[in-house]
Amino acid sequence: MRKFDTKVQLLKYKVLREVARIAFDEGEFSLANNFNDIAKTVTSDKATMRCCIYKERAIVAERIKLACGGNRANPNIIEVIDIACDECPASGYQVSHDCRGCIAHRCEGACRKGAISFDENQKAHIDKTKCVNCGQCAKVCPYGAISNYTRPCEKACKIKAISMADSEENPAQIDNNKCINCGACSYACPFGAIMDKSFILDAIRMLKDSNGGENYKVYAVVAPSIASQFVYAKLGQVVTAIKKLGFYSVVEAALGADIVAYSESKELAEKGFITSSCCPAFVDYVKKFYPKLTDKISHNLSPMAAIAKYIKETDETAKVIFIGPCTAKKAEIKQEKVAKYVDCVLTFEELQALIDSRDIELTELPEDVLDNASYYGRIFARSGGVSEAVGQALKEQNIDFTVDPLPCDGIEECKTALLKASRGILKNNFIEGMACVGGCIGGAGCLTHEARDKNEIDKYGKEALEKSIGDALSQL
Amino acid sequence: MKVVVCIGSSCHLKGSREVVEKLQNLINDNNLKDKVTLSGKFCMGNCQNGVSVTVDGELFSVSPDTVEDFFKTNVLDRLS
Repeated sequence: MRKFDTKVQLLKYKVLREVARIAFDEGEFSLANNFNDIAKTVTSDKATMRCCIYKERAIVAERIKLACGGNRANPNIIEVIDIACDECPASGYQVSHDCRGCIAHRCEGACRKGAISFDENQKAHIDKTKCVNCGQCAKVCPYGAISNYTRPCEKACKIKAISMADSEENPAQIDNNKCINCGACSYACPFGAIMDKSFILDAIRMLKDSNGGENYKVYAVVAPSIASQFVYAKLGQVVTAIKKLGFYSVVEAALGADIVAYSESKELAEKGFITSSCCPAFVDYVKKFYPKLTDKISHNLSPMAAIAKYIKETDETAKVIFIGPCTAKKAEIKQEKVAKYVDCVLTFEELQALIDSRDIELTELPEDVLDNASYYGRIFARSGGVSEAVGQALKEQNIDFTVDPLPCDGIEECKTALLKASRGILKNNFIEGMACVGGCIGGAGCLTHEARDKNEIDKYGKEALEKSIGDALSQL
Repeated sequence: MKVVVCIGSSCHLKGSREVVEKLQNLINDNNLKDKVTLSGKFCMGNCQNGVSVTVDGELFSVSPDTVEDFFKTNVLDRLS
C-alpha cells in the first residue's frame, strides 16, 4: 500500500506520476498537449476538493506546471499556487462562534486599543486595524471564545518568509530573500497551495538519454532517511526498482557522510568552533540571518556532494541524481561548487511517482543490496547523528579534542543556538543544524513523517557491514 | 597499470574493502606506487561474480582470500 500522511501529498503524487508516465512513454514534448488529459485522470467527474470541477482541474494544471519544473523565472524552489490558496483569514486574535454574546464585556474592558465592538446580538468583533494582538481579551473571556489563530503556512515557517503580503484577499507570498526552501510550508498547507518545483523531467531525460548505460551511466545517490520510507516494501526492493528505472548503480549518500565526518572533525579540532554544513536549509539560514557566522559554517561539502564528487572522479561521464527527503537540496545543487557534482535532485515523493509511472510493483521485486557506509554515516538522517559521528571520527583519528555538540532540529532550536553563538555566549563548540524537526526524516519530501522513523534509522545504521567510519572510508 | 576495484554494494558485501586494503598493502610492500594506480568504481555490472577487479580494463573475480594470488599473477608477473 502506498502510504502518505495526507491527501494533499496523494494528489501531488498522482500528478507527478502521470507527468512521468507521459514523459517516459511519449516524451516530455507531448506533455503540452496532455494537460487536460492529466487533469482529468487525476480528478474525478465531480468536484471533491474545490467549488467546481473546473477550478479543481485549473489547480491541477498548475500542479502539472510545477511537476514540469515550475516558473523558471523564479529561482526559489518552493512556489505558491495562487489559485489554490484558500486565503485563510488573517492571522491574529479572532472571536469564535463560542462567543455567547454575554453582557459583561470583559474583553472590551481588557482591550487598551478600543478594538472590540459588539453587534446587535452582543457578540464581540475585533477591528483588525486597531488590534495589536496583545491577547488580553482572550485571557479574560469566560468562554475562552477568543483565540490566537495563525495560518498554517505562517505557523510552519519559523523564519517568517511567507505572508499574505498586501491585504487579506491576496494569496500567500514567499519572500525569496528569506526563504531557505526547507518546504515546511508546503507540507503544512492544508490546501496543498504550496509546492516544491519538481525536476523529474530532467531525471527522466537523463535516464532515457543514457540508453541503459550505453552513452553514460546514471548513479542514484540515496539519502539514509530512505530507511524510514517505502514501509510497504523492503529497502532491497526499492534498490531493484531504482535500477529498473534505468539507473546504473545505487550508492549510499551515507558514505558521503562518513567522508564528511572525518574531515569535519579535523576542521572542528583546528578551528575550535564550527557548525555543520550537511543541511542546505540550515546553511542558507545562517547565511541569510546570521551572516557574521558564515565563516563558522564547516567548509565541507554536504554528504550528497562529497559522494557525488567521488563518483565523478571514478567515472568521468557519470550523471548523479540524488534521491532524498529534502526540497532544499534542489536549491543546493544550483551552487557552483555543488552543480558540477550533482545533476538532479529527486524527493522520495517523486521517486514513488517515478516507480509507479513505470507500473513497477515494489513488493513483487527481488531484493538488491545497498551497503557501503558505516553506522555513523547512516545516522546522519536523524537529529543527533552528525554530532555522534563527529565525536566518533575524532576518536578514530586519535585527535585530542573533545566535541561538545549541540544538536538542533527545527529552525527554532537552530535560531536559539545561533543567537547565542553570535553573542559569544554559547558554551558548546559544535552546532549540528537541521532545519527539519527530527532531522532529515522530517523532511518535506518524505512520504511519511512518523515518530518511529528515528528507530528505523538506528536499526538501518546497525545493519551496516562497516562498524567504524574508518573502515567505511578505507574502501575509497 | 590501472587497477580498479568494484566498491558497489554487492561487491562491498563480498569483501571489496578487504580486497582494496590488501591490494594497497601489496602495492606498498612491492614499491609499486609509481607503477600501479588503484582506484574504485561503484559497480562494474558483474555483481554475481564479485568482487570485480579490472587490470587495465580486463575483468577478474577476486575474493579477500585470493587477492595475493591474483596480485602475483595479474599485477606482479605482468609488470616484470
